[in-house]
Amino acid sequence: MSRLALIDWVLITALIWLALGIAGVFLAHRFTVISRVLFPLGAINSLVLAILSLVGLVSEMQELILPIGLPGLPFHLRLDALTSFFLFLLGAASAGISIYAAGYFRKSQSSVLGLQCLLYHAFLASMSFVLLANDGYAFMVAWETMALSSFFLVTAEHRHPEIRRAGYLYLLIAHIGSVAILLSFGLMAGSTGDYTFDAMRQFADGAFWRTTAFLLALVGFGAKAGILPLHVWLPEAHPAAPSPVSAMMSGVMLKTAIYGLLRVGFDLLHAHTWWWGLLLLLVGLATALFGVVFSAVQTDMKRLLAYSSIENIGLITLGMGLTLIFRAFGMTGFASLALTATLYHCLNHAFFKSLLFLSTGSVLHATGERNLGKLGGLIHQMPWVAWLALIGVLASAGLPPLNGFVSEWLLLQSFLFTPEVPHGYLNMLLPVFAAAIALIAALAGFTMVKFFGVVFLGQPREEKLAQARDASRLSRLGLLWLAAGCVLLGLMPNVIVSLLDPVMQLLIGFGRQLDARPENWLFLAPFYEERASYSPIIFFCGIVAMTLVSWLAVRRYFHSRAKRVPPWDCGFPLQTGRMQDTSEGYSQPIRRIFSPFFKRTRQHPSPFDAEPRYLSIVEDPFWYWLYLPVAWIVEQGTRVVDFLQRGRIAIYLLYSFATLITLLVLTRG
Amino acid sequence: MNFYALIAQLIELVAALLLAPLLVGWVNQCRAWLQNRTAPPLLQTYFTLHKLFHKEVLLAHNASPLFRAAPYAIFACMALASAIVPTLSTNLVLAPAADAIAFVGLFALARVFIALAGMDVGTSFGSLGSRREMLIGFLAEPALLMVFFTTSLISHSTSLSSIVQTLTRTDLIIYPSLAFAGTAFTMVSLAENARVPVDNPTTHLELTMIHEAMILEYSGRHLALIEWAASLKLFAYSCLGIALFVPFGIPATAQPADLMLAAFYMLIKLAIGGFVLALIETLSAKMRIFRAPEFLGTAFLLAVLAMLVHLLLETGR
Repeated sequence: MSRLALIDWVLITALIWLALGIAGVFLAHRFTVISRVLFPLGAINSLVLAILSLVGLVSEMQELILPIGLPGLPFHLRLDALTSFFLFLLGAASAGISIYAAGYFRKSQSSVLGLQCLLYHAFLASMSFVLLANDGYAFMVAWETMALSSFFLVTAEHRHPEIRRAGYLYLLIAHIGSVAILLSFGLMAGSTGDYTFDAMRQFADGAFWRTTAFLLALVGFGAKAGILPLHVWLPEAHPAAPSPVSAMMSGVMLKTAIYGLLRVGFDLLHAHTWWWGLLLLLVGLATALFGVVFSAVQTDMKRLLAYSSIENIGLITLGMGLTLIFRAFGMTGFASLALTATLYHCLNHAFFKSLLFLSTGSVLHATGERNLGKLGGLIHQMPWVAWLALIGVLASAGLPPLNGFVSEWLLLQSFLFTPEVPHGYLNMLLPVFAAAIALIAALAGFTMVKFFGVVFLGQPREEKLAQARDASRLSRLGLLWLAAGCVLLGLMPNVIVSLLDPVMQLLIGFGRQLDARPENWLFLAPFYEERASYSPIIFFCGIVAMTLVSWLAVRRYFHSRAKRVPPWDCGFPLQTGRMQDTSEGYSQPIRRIFSPFFKRTRQHPSPFDAEPRYLSIVEDPFWYWLYLPVAWIVEQGTRVVDFLQRGRIAIYLLYSFATLITLLVLTRG
Repeated sequence: MNFYALIAQLIELVAALLLAPLLVGWVNQCRAWLQNRTAPPLLQTYFTLHKLFHKEVLLAHNASPLFRAAPYAIFACMALASAIVPTLSTNLVLAPAADAIAFVGLFALARVFIALAGMDVGTSFGSLGSRREMLIGFLAEPALLMVFFTTSLISHSTSLSSIVQTLTRTDLIIYPSLAFAGTAFTMVSLAENARVPVDNPTTHLELTMIHEAMILEYSGRHLALIEWAASLKLFAYSCLGIALFVPFGIPATAQPADLMLAAFYMLIKLAIGGFVLALIETLSAKMRIFRAPEFLGTAFLLAVLAMLVHLLLETGR
């Protein structure tokens, strides 16, 4: 027996996940074993996968053929740099989420925990297979497993009708997406019928078919990633799912769709057409702007985060579009800078969004509330969750020296190189995208301040909040892991950027675009230092040093006395928790400035009402623009063919018989 | 060479810390003079800081550690920001650590801290101020970034030092884009520093205040640090405006003689800048809070226009 290759080890980690899941079913009635043994083992397995994929990034591409599945259709697997990068993302983020889940699921309904364990680990394993798959068949099997396992995880609390509805919507859109992906693969496989990715790479039919394949892939993967207008399932499914699952879906699963788009667009179709990039830019901009504006007005904390995920997917799509444009014009150096920003943002988003979703999970567990209007002041009861969430909030708002800033910085930098694009209108248009990104980032800051301020700061808005308890030890560990990731990814960008180099070599054919030489480890600099440089470590040390010096100096030269008194509030005597800004109040300026974005229902009380009620509902206009009309058309269509359904078996047998005869006649010749 | 850069950096940091309150005092002086009032002493800001540092801190019952830590963090951000702006020389030790985008990020970090601190005690005014501050922030930040983008497209660099060096060297060429950018920058600075058309630093009127509403619960040394940080912010913005739009006299070296000359120019330019600020504040009326988006939206569009003008007219050279 020869030594196992790297790809075998990666495969083994995926199988261990499956085994853990199956073990969960057999141990279904012993939930301490499941939560205290199986989930932590899964987290360790995630760590192993993360380490293996780091090795995978720097080693040669490896392939493997698994003789399972249909006869003559074995699973082709491949471990290359792109796969390794996304496997690293999967492993590193899921390590934190699994260890958190170990502390989280302990308290949930015990009867279904075994099943949850199976589905959760099957979800993880299927994501590995999606990333490893090297033929259309294996990819679709893994993709569907991923969709189904996550569907059942979303509908874990299936007794609530709104959760069933959310699950149905998710499944529906996931399947529209799957069909589009399947068609795209079908086009690329062409008439040869060879569904391996190797064959698809040779696909060289005319520009029209290539474009059609790309657009189908965009629709298919866009539906999974939450690109406009196929985003509506995100804000429904994420709040419905248990928090570790929301974290996993938002942090990791959305990235598999990004992976798919990169794989098809860059690897299989070689990204030669510049206007594909422009299309991605426009779609990405719309998605990001729409996501952030909607996230600012949400009142449910998980919906807020779900819309914020849409925004981040939009930013990632923007980065991909810019990469495509640079790539199509043969500007490989700039393309790899833009792609670095894109992939870096994928990794960052996986960390900070998982962290935030898990913090909302802890808040939800401690208080039973998802509504921002009924929370507040939790920093006193839940200091661990609050301070770790603060790191996630700052990262998500794109503030230095944390990780969200690094990728935004790289993205803005790459937009500033656009005057070199050999296309007059484009190089006028692209800096405007940079302006929009700046606006989106600033709005994200607004949203995150609202989120943190309303949940954790101020006075409690309900009395029961005083009984809230901090997260359990294992959950804290999970949060701590993700928060540490946010800090480290922010402080050591050069390490990550040099790790990304093999991916650039694979997709762009050019690497080393950033000045990431070992002797220049302190500074992140695209191309050369005079052009632009950023040193998160100096930045961080500068702030910390100044804070400490000012603190010590104030204590040394003055005094440190403080007296606790009632709040002053301009001398206003009566203050209750209800007099603070609610989440609706905080986002009132956004509703006013961006009013064309929203579909609003408002009801103002009359000044003479004894019990005034104020109502303001903000809805997603895409329901009214797109989904409800389509649903109406489908309903009308079914009415037309309704007469076929007679409910008598003889009629159906007649249909089958008629079909059979018709087919026989047609195929006779 | 590096030694001089270090010296220049230290001088600049210390000068910013010491002179920032003076700039505020000078603006108040000019404003009082323009409005026919008797001005407080020029050094009044220092006296106030001194008084506040000695006073006891009154903390609200439910103030969290975040509330106590925020003033120090804000002060540190502002001190770092004023150290990064190339004021006396473009050869600074900290210059490569943060470029223009990181500089904007630094202001955003301070703003997030102060807005969170405003919400911490949970009073109605605190959250009102924090909401308004974030509103001004998300409108002003992209406009400021666009101004930086215009200058960095001119100089092919986002590093503040490189931008200022390029603009100093090419001061004979007139850039029409810089006129737009300069106007946008002025508007953003007024809004960011809580100055008159957007906010009024001297009022405590409930309906209009922004910055003051957020820091209502602060007292003693915390308030002193916040006030000092606010004056540092004004100082940093003024220096930045000078460095970008009237950069003449900022040396690329850090020799003592050059520094002396640069400091002399800088004092004159700051005095003129402070006077202009007082003039703007005297001539304009405070606008309603919901006019602020229009004001800052105009600034944003001007900045975008500046960039387009640059791409249309100036890239052909």
